[in-house]
This record gives sequence, C-alpha cells and structure tokens, in this order.
Amino acid sequence: MFCLVDAILQAFEAVMVWERVQEKLSILSDAAKYDVSCASSGSNRKNTNKGLGNSSGSGICHTYTEDGRCVSLLKILLTNYCIYDCLYCVSRKSNDIKRAGFTVQEVVDLTIGFYRRNYIEGLFLSSGIFKNPDYTMERLVRVAKKLRTEHRFNGYIHLKTIPGCSEELMKEAALYADRLSVNIELPSEQSLKSLAPEKKRADIIKPMKYLSENIQRFSHERKLIGNAPSFAPAGQSTQMVIGASPENDLQIMSIANALYKTYQLKRVYYSGFVPISNDNRLPKLGTPVPIIRENRLYQADWLLRFYKFSLKEIINEKFPQLDLDIDPKLSWALRNLDQFPVDINKADYEMILRIPGVGVSSALKIVHARKFRTLGWDELKRFGLAYSRAKHFIVCKDLHSMPRDLHEEKLRQAILGQSKYAKSLSPQFSLFA
Amino acid sequence: MTRLVYDGSFEGFLTCVFEIYERRLQLAEIVRATLFQPLLEEEVLRIAAAANKAERVWSGLKRKISRESRNDVFKTFLSELPDMERHLLEFIGNAFQSPESVEKDFSNRATLYVSQTARKVHREKHRMEAFVRFQRTSDDIYYASIEPDFNVLPLIIKHFKDRYADQHWIIYDRKRAYGIRYHHDSGAVEEIQIKFEENLTGTFLPESAVAEEEPHYQQLWQQYFSSVNISPRKNTKLHVRHVPLRYWRYLTEKRNK
Repeated sequence: MFCLVDAILQAFEAVMVWERVQEKLSILSDAAKYDVSCASSGSNRKNTNKGLGNSSGSGICHTYTEDGRCVSLLKILLTNYCIYDCLYCVSRKSNDIKRAGFTVQEVVDLTIGFYRRNYIEGLFLSSGIFKNPDYTMERLVRVAKKLRTEHRFNGYIHLKTIPGCSEELMKEAALYADRLSVNIELPSEQSLKSLAPEKKRADIIKPMKYLSENIQRFSHERKLIGNAPSFAPAGQSTQMVIGASPENDLQIMSIANALYKTYQLKRVYYSGFVPISNDNRLPKLGTPVPIIRENRLYQADWLLRFYKFSLKEIINEKFPQLDLDIDPKLSWALRNLDQFPVDINKADYEMILRIPGVGVSSALKIVHARKFRTLGWDELKRFGLAYSRAKHFIVCKDLHSMPRDLHEEKLRQAILGQSKYAKSLSPQFSLFA
Repeated sequence: MTRLVYDGSFEGFLTCVFEIYERRLQLAEIVRATLFQPLLEEEVLRIAAAANKAERVWSGLKRKISRESRNDVFKTFLSELPDMERHLLEFIGNAFQSPESVEKDFSNRATLYVSQTARKVHREKHRMEAFVRFQRTSDDIYYASIEPDFNVLPLIIKHFKDRYADQHWIIYDRKRAYGIRYHHDSGAVEEIQIKFEENLTGTFLPESAVAEEEPHYQQLWQQYFSSVNISPRKNTKLHVRHVPLRYWRYLTEKRNK
C-alpha cells in the first residue's frame, strides 16, 4: 500500500519537475529572443571522439519562428535576474516581470535532449547579470565546459561575454565555445549613457579587442601546429539596437564597417527596437518595429561583405539614410547611372555583381556560361535573375538595340511601379504614413 | 525509337547508358519500369543492372567532368522526375563528345537542367537535415519518419552518421517504404524495411512506444517554439516560405496545431 502511494507521489513529483523546467524555459527563452543572432555557421568541429554532434560550414535552420526568423540554436538566458537597468531591455532591474533561473545541469540536459532529437544545432547562452559580471560569466562557462567534457558534445556553442568579466574567464569561454559575442547595444556613446547608464563603451570595446587579438593568434598557431587548442573558431559577433536612439544609418553603418575592419567581426546584427515600456526616452508602446529599415541595413551589410562595395558607395554624408522604398544596391545604381548599361558578355565579375537583380549565383553562371557562347536574353532569364529590374541595366546579345531610359527619377518610378514592389511596399507605406 | 527499360536503380540507369553506346543506338530513350507503358511500333529492350557496365560509364565520366558535377548527375537521378533520364542521357552524351568539360555550359539545356534539378534535390536534402525530428522509443532508438519530395535518404546518411555517432537511430521514408538505420556499436548504416501496423499511419509514435521523457521533450520544444516568436513582427508569409506546409505534419513544433 505504502509502495503504491510512494509511486504515485514520485510520479507526481516527476511531472512537477518537468512543469517547472517548462515554465523556466518559457520565461528565459522569451527574454532571450530579442538577441537576433541565430547563426550556427563558421565552425568546423568534427565528431572525432564518437561523441555527440558536430558543426560544420553553413549551419542549419531547424525551423523558423512565426515571424520568419531562423531557429538554429536553443537560445536562452541562464537567468533574467539582472542588477542593471538598461532602458531598452525587458530584463532590466526596474521592470516588473516574472524572474527565473536555470541550474547549470538543467541547461545541459535541455541542450542534449533537444540536440539528440535534431531540434537544434546547439546552444546560445546569455544571461542577465546577477551578483557581478565574473560570477555570471563563470556559470556560463561551466555550462559549456560540462557539455564539452562530460557529454563529449561537439555541437555549436555561442556564449555571450558579460561586459566587465575577467580576461581569464573570457579565455576559458573561448576554449569551449565556437562563437563569443559582446553586444555593442547602441550605436553611439551618448545613447549608451542615456539608455544604459551602468554600461560603459570601454567595457564593451575592451573584450572585443581582447577576443579579436586572441582569435587571430590562436588561429595562426593552429595553422602552424594542427592540434593547438581552438579559440572561438567561429569568431565573434555583436548586435546593435536600431530605432531606440536617434542615430542615422550612416552612423550605424560606419560603426559596423569599423567593427568588421578593426576587430574582424564575423557578423554585426541589427535589431529593430520592439517597444517595451512607456519611458519617454524611448519610442512609445505601439510604435511599429522598424522592420524595413532593419532589412535595408542588412542588405547594406551584405553589400559590404559579399558584393565588394565600399561603405562610401552605399552611404555617405550626401545620402546619410538608406532608401526605404528600394534596396541599397538599386539605390546605388540609380545614383551611378553613368556606369550602366553593363555588357554581361564582356564586363568583369565585380561589375556584373553590381547589376540590380543579379545575385552571386547568377553572376557566377554568367561568367562561366559566356565562355561557351555569347549570351542572350533567353539564357539570362533561365539563370534566374530578376528580369524586371535587371533589364534596365544590361546589354546582351538581344538587348543591344533596346531604347532605354537612363534617367534616375523615371527609372525609379518604372521599377517601383512593378508588381513586386507595389505588393511588398503597400502595407508598409501605410505603416509609415 | 528504341526504349530501354530498367529497374529504377542508378546502376540500372548507367547500364542503359552503356548499352546505348555499345549498340550505337541513334534514337533511344531510357524508361524506369514503373513508368513504362508499351507503345506500338517500337523496340523495347529490358536491361538488367550490371555493375561492371555501370562502372565503365561512371569512370568514363570521371575523366570528363568534376566530382561536383558527377554528384549533380546522381542528385538529378534521385529527383525521380519523369523526364530526368532524357536530360541525363543528353548531358552524359555531351560530356563524352566534348573535348572540354561541359558542366559549366549553362546556356545548354541539358547542362542547365542537371544543374537546376540537382539544386532542387540538394535543397530537399538540406531540408531533411533540418526537419527530421527524432522520437526516442522505449528501447532507446531515435526514430524519425519523413516523406521527402525526392529520394534523398542516400544523400543524408553521412550527415546523420557523423552527427549522431553515439546514438541508435532510424530515419524512415514512408513514401518510398524504406529507411536507414545506424547503430553506434557497429558504426554502420543499413537499409531497412518496416512493416507498420495498420493503425500506425501518422508521423508520431503512440505514447506506449516512446520513452518516458519523450512527451516532455516534445512539449518543451513546443513551448520553446512559441516563446521565441515576437508577435509584433508576425509574418506568416515568410514563415510558410521557409517551412512549407507539406512538411508540417512531421514537425514536432507543429504537432496538434
């Protein structure tokens, strides 16, 4: 009889444990979701020890949220208790919300349980700052260490570096993690001062610099000695909140460009501010998330990194704000019509890449295929480039004699009138009206 | 017109290519047995797969096109599209005839077809690497069932074998009625066929068959999926473009929704 009661009690307790974990998960994933990074790319950790998992190349999005963002990692906070009071952050001290904290073991179990079921590529662990930066960082590192050593876990681990933590902890983190990130948070020091008074720009830049130097050094050593330890092999990234403070796109892109150049960051993420309070230093509740602006910033970022554009070409004192109606590549083309039309049978790869409507894969197809025969419009269409945009900027076998209207404003209207733009922009126009 | 009918295997297909060259057939078409419908006034050859003949065609291709392009040939074959044999035959013919590699001649129809079809198949392979959802059974097997658009099981073996090297797992293609199974002791992957009970039609195993923790993990994952959503940014169109509706039925996060 007692046995039966015991068994029932035990079963009941077990269910309670699961429910408690689920509640924590709901709080701590909700609090982590404003960190937009989800990349699981850039590392190459092989499963050599017949352990669990690997990470290679481009990473995998296992699912997408209902707002269309990639879900690749289990992205959670260790805790949302925080001693800081950054205005733009849901977990700020003064915010009246439910607080929770995972134990190290709970995070480890969740990661392994999700990974084995092929839900995720790995873990992205960040945290509110409790007690002090070192105390917090030490626990993040413990999770990573446990996964790597006790569970022989070779999946992807991204750890947030807590500003102000010691260099030793950062170094230990880098030995277990694939990627580390320090968020720059806001695009200028003034904004940081007014919205995140306890955070100092210097506390953010210092760890970035430290990581950048060591990532370079270790990667160099690894090239010389194959089995030298790896130090954050997928590099470091950062994030900026967009639209919470008054900086223009030129300021934002200049910072991003400097971070790529100075500290060799792998990615700069732009996070459109989602209003979360009624403080009058911030956009009011109900203000729409600047989704299009965020998208344009990413497009500009892509042009810098993959399309061989320089910052000045995309954005400068004369054009300090990215065009919301059209993408920055088209916008550049319209400002530089003297460089068009481009003869796709002759122009070099870099120039073909600059044609609006031509992406990396169609540009490559063009330069390969034209070695066999002169390309005409039929071929180009089948390569999958965007006819309606590209046709204004191209010369090929069949499009030599077509009269064209290379006048900026007219071209702009012609392209904007096309269905793709009309459809995608109409609801957004009304948002900004 | 001569029609060569084969068993549907890649070896069988390559054997047909061999026979066409061996017999110097001018007008020939290769048809898999499942799609074959006899017509009047035509010659039909039933071709049995022969490893040595297939091997000769394949090593001939090695001299003519890159490994990447040979992978594209295999992927195009796995597409199972009704006209893939015709395009592949043309592409292989071009490769053999031309003194230089034809694989980047994208304005040639066969080349473009192979490159584009291989890409589609590759995308499906990538989707399966993303969308497979294992359920842990009570006897500690991680089981997943899928119904991919193309026959991609042969392409995903390596990925799952490398990743889940210490697990015992099965991925089963319900559409094509075969699966792959890996056991960490042997370290090898084998092809299997399962006889399902008639009431077992869905993707998910009944609660009696799964490990005790399994429903909890499924629930945690569903919780996570709903918590990470930012509702002011809701964008159903984008969501469905990335996670097409036809895959929802085997995604844990969409179960019972």
